[in-house]
Amino acid sequence: MPSRTVTVASRVGLHARPAALFTQAAAATGVPVTIAKSGGAAVNAASILSVLGLGVGSGEEVVLSADGDGADAALDGLVALLSTDLDAVDEV
Amino acid sequence: MSRTLTGVAASPGLAAAPGVRWDAGEGVAVEPAPDIQTAARRVQDDLRRRATEAPTSEGRTVLEALSLFAGDPELLASAEAAARQGVSLPDAVRAASGHYAEQLRALGGYLAERAEDVLDVGARIVAALEGRHVAEIPNPGHPYVLVARDLAPADTALLDPTVVVALVTEQGGPTSHTAILARSLGLPAVVACAGARDAADGHALVVDGDLGEVHIDPPTAVVEALTARAERQRRRTTAVTGPGMTKDSVPVALLANVGGARDAAAAAESGAEGIGLFRTEFLFLGRTDEPSLDEQVEAYADVLAHFVGRRVVVRTLDGGSDKPLPFLELGAEENPALGVRGLRTETVRPGVLERQLTALSAAVVRTGCDAWVMAPMVSTTTEARWFASMVRGRGLPTAGVMIEVPAAALRAGDLLPEVDFASLGTNDLGQYTMAADRQCGDLGTLLDPWQPALLDLVAMTCAAGKAHGRPVGVCGEAAADPLLGAVLVGLGVSSLSMAAPALAAVRATLRDVDLATCAEAARLARSAPTAAEARNAASALLLGA
Repeated sequence: MPSRTVTVASRVGLHARPAALFTQAAAATGVPVTIAKSGGAAVNAASILSVLGLGVGSGEEVVLSADGDGADAALDGLVALLSTDLDAVDEV
Repeated sequence: MSRTLTGVAASPGLAAAPGVRWDAGEGVAVEPAPDIQTAARRVQDDLRRRATEAPTSEGRTVLEALSLFAGDPELLASAEAAARQGVSLPDAVRAASGHYAEQLRALGGYLAERAEDVLDVGARIVAALEGRHVAEIPNPGHPYVLVARDLAPADTALLDPTVVVALVTEQGGPTSHTAILARSLGLPAVVACAGARDAADGHALVVDGDLGEVHIDPPTAVVEALTARAERQRRRTTAVTGPGMTKDSVPVALLANVGGARDAAAAAESGAEGIGLFRTEFLFLGRTDEPSLDEQVEAYADVLAHFVGRRVVVRTLDGGSDKPLPFLELGAEENPALGVRGLRTETVRPGVLERQLTALSAAVVRTGCDAWVMAPMVSTTTEARWFASMVRGRGLPTAGVMIEVPAAALRAGDLLPEVDFASLGTNDLGQYTMAADRQCGDLGTLLDPWQPALLDLVAMTCAAGKAHGRPVGVCGEAAADPLLGAVLVGLGVSSLSMAAPALAAVRATLRDVDLATCAEAARLARSAPTAAEARNAASALLLGA
């Protein structure tokens, strides 16, 4: 099963707005994607409550996994998202 | 005719405006939703629409997050799974939202504040299933005091703080959602104020969030005196800086409660002299396996690094009860607040605490921090002795206990010689002393931290601390109330730990009173037969000083 390891760039970690943007993007891929902290249990990446419950901090590594058609493209998109400081996006 | 209602002070400050009654749960009847998915979609659409109408950007953010919670696939799948096993649809939704709320609460900090949001979303989905549509916050076209039974997150997200100038609720305690929200918005609030809806609607009100009083149609002289006092306090709070101390220079360490590295960074910036409560649960939450030693060392060091050279009081894992930790596999309990929680989890899952202490010890070596390590839910001298030997055996020199079980306060004279310090957890100590569930909105008055019985237990603990030369601090919500903080100092407490935003007001109040006045306020409070009389007697002395 394709998977990627990525460091969360957002200053607040995967909480609040970054978590919302990430889970919405995961749902939009149409592919079932999971996210886990390294060594931790994998949870549904489209579930905001599950993602918040991981308590991922800034600079922490997470593992994204997906299966089926379009899995690699979906993962690449999400990796790019997590590598960005999502707090800085759209800030005015 | 003028009169005064007394509740529990939940957020400091003073505001004057007409009262407007609001009955949130009593909206119009609608067609009940046939299934969980339909109900959730209806709630989600409603929250999205409200988000576009929110008067503040904070409100819009809260409502957008709530709408995501309402559509969360795991939340809905978990509720549907329970429903398939024969649980009623509303109960299935309540159980699923309760589960996720507990998970967030155990993470502490920002995430713990989202727990109420999940429960609110669950309640809205239940309302849709039962055919109720939730009413909206009134907008009478002028500033007003919102008077309600209780407030939920989605209600308060629509609050415009320039229109709603204070909050009064009949339910809720000092740790309720209303109280937390009011403090974050800087709105004065009085909770657990019985009869407020009937008495206050349409009347001129002055809400006194320092004393927990609501003045109805007050005479002009009262309004002027209160306004002058509020203005004096506001000026003092911004003017006083530096370390915590009384007027006669008796030091009182003003510390912060934190739940992770992000809180710690904010606390360090806010002028906290150290950390008085580092909740370590964040790392363990939602885990089906125990975090590795290396992962623990990293996480603890991240927090400790913000307070090198200063005191950091670390509380070991406080799992069980309202903070279920899956990897401990403790199972369901009939009465979890009285069950296997805190230090007690070590008796059924031995080794977890030992590994946590080993990781803490390594993190201390790496950062050079002055870490004090304490255990939650200690009841007996035997437990205190056992914990202290384990802490010292890991090379951590300073071991302590939380005093949150009445038995531990009553026998503090036996417990304290076994350890180096104690910290009073007034939220749980209040819950256990008054036999009143902290989560129960109807019991706010019993949970008032001014209850003389609670003050007695604080006094007993401090007396034992003095006799044995052991410092005693407070790390519950009580420490964040400036007047009560002065009373606690008068009882013999040497440090107060609170959420970082509360530090400035406590610092300013302490700097204005000497230790003898604090002690006299404490004596007056303990001599009073009721919580309200305790607060009145102590406040009159402290505010007149």
